[in-house]
Amino acid sequence: MRPSRVPWALLVLVAAFFVPAVGSRFYTFLANDVVIWALFATSLNLLVGYTGLVSFGHAAYFGIGAYTTGILMKRLGVTFLVAFPAAGLVAAIFALFFGFFCVRLTRIYFAMLTLAFAQIVWAICFKWNEVTGGEQGMPEIPYPDFGLLERLAPLLPPLGGYRTSEYFYFLTLVLVALCFWALRRIVASPFGRMLTTIRENPERAEFIGVNVRRYELAAFVLAGSFAGLAGGLFGIFNRGVFPDFAYWTKSSEVLIMTLLGGMGAFYGPAVGALVLLWLNQQIISVTEYWPLILGGILVILLFAFPGGLAGALEALRTRLVRRPRSA
Amino acid sequence: MPDPSFVFAQSLSGLTAAMFLFLIASGLSLIFGVLRVLNFAHGTFYMLGAYSAFQLVQWIGTGPGTFWVAALGAAVAVAALGGLVERFLFRHLYGKDELYQLLFTYALVLILSDVAKILWGTQQKSVSRPPGLNGAFSLFGATIPYYNLFILLLGPFIALAFWFALQRTRVGRFIRAAALDRETLGALGVNVSGLYTGVFVLASFLGGLGGALVTPVRTIVPGMDTEIIVEAFIVVVIGGLGSFWGTFLGSLIYGQVLSFGILFFPRFSIFSVFALMAAVLIIRPWGLLGRPLK
Repeated sequence: MRPSRVPWALLVLVAAFFVPAVGSRFYTFLANDVVIWALFATSLNLLVGYTGLVSFGHAAYFGIGAYTTGILMKRLGVTFLVAFPAAGLVAAIFALFFGFFCVRLTRIYFAMLTLAFAQIVWAICFKWNEVTGGEQGMPEIPYPDFGLLERLAPLLPPLGGYRTSEYFYFLTLVLVALCFWALRRIVASPFGRMLTTIRENPERAEFIGVNVRRYELAAFVLAGSFAGLAGGLFGIFNRGVFPDFAYWTKSSEVLIMTLLGGMGAFYGPAVGALVLLWLNQQIISVTEYWPLILGGILVILLFAFPGGLAGALEALRTRLVRRPRSA
Repeated sequence: MPDPSFVFAQSLSGLTAAMFLFLIASGLSLIFGVLRVLNFAHGTFYMLGAYSAFQLVQWIGTGPGTFWVAALGAAVAVAALGGLVERFLFRHLYGKDELYQLLFTYALVLILSDVAKILWGTQQKSVSRPPGLNGAFSLFGATIPYYNLFILLLGPFIALAFWFALQRTRVGRFIRAAALDRETLGALGVNVSGLYTGVFVLASFLGGLGGALVTPVRTIVPGMDTEIIVEAFIVVVIGGLGSFWGTFLGSLIYGQVLSFGILFFPRFSIFSVFALMAAVLIIRPWGLLGRPLK
């Protein structure tokens, strides 16, 4: 892929910083939601889109991350600076353990085992009242301490005058941008190229001496840890952590997002997150039957635009530019 | 050790649950065996069977025999729906990425469960036991409702009838052949596309029937579809995807593990069935009685 001359990612990031100043509280809330889900969906795309492993249990790592940060911050009073990386680390440890078994299976069996592990995580979160709060979940996760920023405000006026939720949004933006930068580096690295090779032809990769399982496991752990980081942020954003974060329908939701945006493009899943969450907000103000609409969108997508929005845009651009067709 | 009559009652209740699960999971397994796709919408067909049975009972009233008419009518309605979905939509995804087929069935879950909400609301619904089967009797100190006894007898009966149809009839042979090699079957002049529709119809019928028959013992609520589908997945995975007797065995194991799990480790009974599913996938991915996929 040719590097684009316009640094779109950077422009979007800069624009995102102005959402609280320009838009309403509602838009800040929506933007925060989108940013976190964009990271979650992109982490899944590392598996599904880049490595060709269809996971039906990616929500497990999102949930594990959310509970890790939640438990550390609420019950143990640990600072966010430790609790946030811990979400990624704990999710990575679980992904390493679960993934060790999953990558030994292929296709449908892989999907079923990821589902089984995710349901195990869900069942534990659902029942282990002492630690996870059980069915009731864990409400009132505290925000990180932004006292330092507020004390700096007199020196640097642009820093002051925001609500805590808006400070948290800025923090989310910075952290997710860093994660995107890391993910981008990963997929562009020789390691990332090898994942694509494995997706295209695992037998051939095996022939040339690649330890396919080890690469797949590495991708699984990376995807899990980024999902965990997204979950850590989401628990705070959502003001609570609940067992359904790890339930299998959450895994399908993020899969739909990824597909909607397009698995073939790095920013596809992020676009999918944006479009889906925005649509959701628009539609639930009119009707409660959001799943019906979502199902309809999904059917249209599968039949008409299997490449997702990114694929459809690419096709449109090809048609407009009228590039000579290669055979 | 709890007293024996309690253990007996517990194992019977597990057995009853197993028979319901078998009805549902056998359809799921059939579709997987022939079409090689996991049908997430199968649980939704089960739920629609339950709602349709409720609706039919509302319409025709509660007299002798009406429950059975309603149950059968519900199963037929769901079967017809399954046939339509296959013929007009699902068919166009054959040969495409497995992920697309899976997500299509998930789209059906989203759409149909909302349609059910529009039609029947979110209030719990229930159907009373059919007259003649609303009593109970006592055996070894355990109270067994007649309806549960009926289900306990119906399960094996359907299993045997189904097995006989697969082994001994022409269509059954085609279905087994399609599971092994559909291209060759098509080349031999069998109408494979009609066969696929038939398999979908039959599987949806079983799912709908399971849903209709469960109404006298469980309340009908939105969300029963996503719960049961996961249970059915566990059953077919334990028994072996696409394996007929595997599904039966899987249902029996699931029922017992769950009902004794509740007895001994009430907190972790859900956990134990998922752990069992994971263990089977790790040790024998093709299930206890299944065959490895080529």
